[in-house]
Amino acid sequence: MFSEFLQYLFTGITIGATYALIALGFTLIYNASHVINFAQGEFLMIGGMATVSLMSMGVPMLLAIVLAVVLAGVMGIALQRLAIAPAKDANVVTLIIITIGASIFIRGLAQLVWGKEFHVMPNFSSDEPIQIFGAVLNSQSLWVLGVGAVLVAILVYFFTRTMTGKAILATSMNKDAARLVGIRTQMVLMLAFMVSALLGSIAGIVVAPITFTSYDIGIILGLKGFVAAAIGGLGSGVGAVVGGLALGVVEAMTAGYLSSDYKDAVAFSMILLVLFFMPRGLFGAKVVERV
Amino acid sequence: MNGTLSYYTKKFLAITAAVLVAMSAQAADPIRIGSFLSVTGPASFLGDPELKTLEMYVEKINEEGGVLGRQLELIHYDDAGNASKARNFASRLIRSDRVDIIVGGSTTGATMAAVPLIEQAQIPFISLAGATVITTPVKKWVFKTPQSDRMAAERILSDMESRGLTKIGLISGTGGFGSSGREQTIAVAREMGNIEVVADETYGVSDTDMTAQLTNIRGTDDVQTILNFGFGQGPAIVTRNYAQLGIDLPFYQSHGVASDSFLELAGDSAEGLRLPASPLLVPDSLPDSDPQKAVVQAYKSEYEARWDSKVSTFGGYAYDGLRLAVKAIETAGSTDKAAVREALENIQGHVGVTGTFNMSPDDHNGLTAESFRILEVKDGSWTLVD
Repeated sequence: MFSEFLQYLFTGITIGATYALIALGFTLIYNASHVINFAQGEFLMIGGMATVSLMSMGVPMLLAIVLAVVLAGVMGIALQRLAIAPAKDANVVTLIIITIGASIFIRGLAQLVWGKEFHVMPNFSSDEPIQIFGAVLNSQSLWVLGVGAVLVAILVYFFTRTMTGKAILATSMNKDAARLVGIRTQMVLMLAFMVSALLGSIAGIVVAPITFTSYDIGIILGLKGFVAAAIGGLGSGVGAVVGGLALGVVEAMTAGYLSSDYKDAVAFSMILLVLFFMPRGLFGAKVVERV
Repeated sequence: MNGTLSYYTKKFLAITAAVLVAMSAQAADPIRIGSFLSVTGPASFLGDPELKTLEMYVEKINEEGGVLGRQLELIHYDDAGNASKARNFASRLIRSDRVDIIVGGSTTGATMAAVPLIEQAQIPFISLAGATVITTPVKKWVFKTPQSDRMAAERILSDMESRGLTKIGLISGTGGFGSSGREQTIAVAREMGNIEVVADETYGVSDTDMTAQLTNIRGTDDVQTILNFGFGQGPAIVTRNYAQLGIDLPFYQSHGVASDSFLELAGDSAEGLRLPASPLLVPDSLPDSDPQKAVVQAYKSEYEARWDSKVSTFGGYAYDGLRLAVKAIETAGSTDKAAVREALENIQGHVGVTGTFNMSPDDHNGLTAESFRILEVKDGSWTLVD
């Protein structure tokens, strides 16, 4: 009994950590621009696919990962420069639609370059699963959790302790005022897109050994990440993490104790319940307009 | 002067004649073969090799002079695995492209969405999807090339029985293929009487972890063997989770994973699992007396030379579909739809990649469970067990 519960919990936490990493990417761009970047899932795909294809060309794993992350970062900048920036003063909904278009474009490109097959990435460390009280944990899950924790810590530090992080927050609160105090808002936005692309691609790389990777993996994972971000309260880093973990654990428990048929239904009921009782999500900040 | 004129006149006449001959050759309308396949989307691993196969052999047949002296023309749409798109494309093929025959429908969902239109328009249709419902009960205009999932279930359960495994833990995908396979497995087990499905779990087509379901099955009393029915990346994840959990029971997969790319995805964790599959996966292990050996080897080498990627059973379904269509048109001697349908229904002893087809008015699939071979994964590759 206990070992089963533990198994579901491990499963849930692993999937949940993936969702959390994706949700963090959404959060970052939302914080900077109030845009929900639906191309976030594509960065995830780029990370995984680029690493796999570089490795198949004989590039050592670590270098392949670094190059893939750099590639994703460049694409993040390109997305902001070529698609978001030219739209200038367009309203948020328009910008969100642009990100959906960009996502379809990137996916199409990936399909041309890499084909439609699923690809495998080896585990970072050993293939031997870890036994804990009769439940097993894939060693890759520890990588997902560890990398997730480090990224969260870096982000928290970045937003609360660095000027650049604060500049991003300031831009998000009031673009014009931020510009008046000397923040180069276009630069800040570009930075936000780049960092969230980096985040997405790292998430894609650490989960690829578990989920496999293909040109369209970003759709489903991106959607789940968005649900996690919404549960946690868009814009809250802690919320993204808690939302992701909660979603993953609820899914795994439902699959284990009820039936996997209800798993997605339970996830969506969860977002409805949270939004019904706490419209800003679990950790959503109250909006204070200072005039 | 006169001489030169007549020279030019001759030349002019000769050119005119040549042009007329060329035009009349072109004037023979091509035979239009319609197709809708899941070339992109979650079932792209079906549609992609299917389309490649169709393109390649339509080209090849045309180079060899076509069928009935006419060229073949492939009109193709990508339904992305979406049933309602499939229905729209089938309608477009029938109404505006006015095709002579349809070879396509990668998934059961797409096929079944198009069936009512096809029955209504009375056009011969060869589906490339697996589920039993497509040809049972027999629909007048609908044929299919893959063995049905029922035959796969029969083949798997009888192999289990011969190894003394009678209590099955079943796990299946919730997609069309998995859920139909699940129903058939349960039905076949009930008919066989001595085999019992003791656990029954499912997973979504895009799920990335099936540990919870497998833990449940492992926790079920008396379970002796586990069978996974599904396709896509799901079964590969199930296989990996199975190995990670260290489950020590004989493991079966369905023919939905019968491709070399599955071995790549599942890696070491696939070791020892068994599945029913087309002989296409083990062409060289087939005995020389096997009539399919030559056909299978030819298809495999031609496909791999042309596309520089591994063959899959799914492309084989398209190969058989196109060959059956061509054979029926040749037998009928025209593209008259009723005659082609009649000819299709009476094809006997046609050796294809998937099996030997013996169609009849009661059987629009024409294959038996024996056309499946039981394979086992040994040292990372397929070996023929039975």
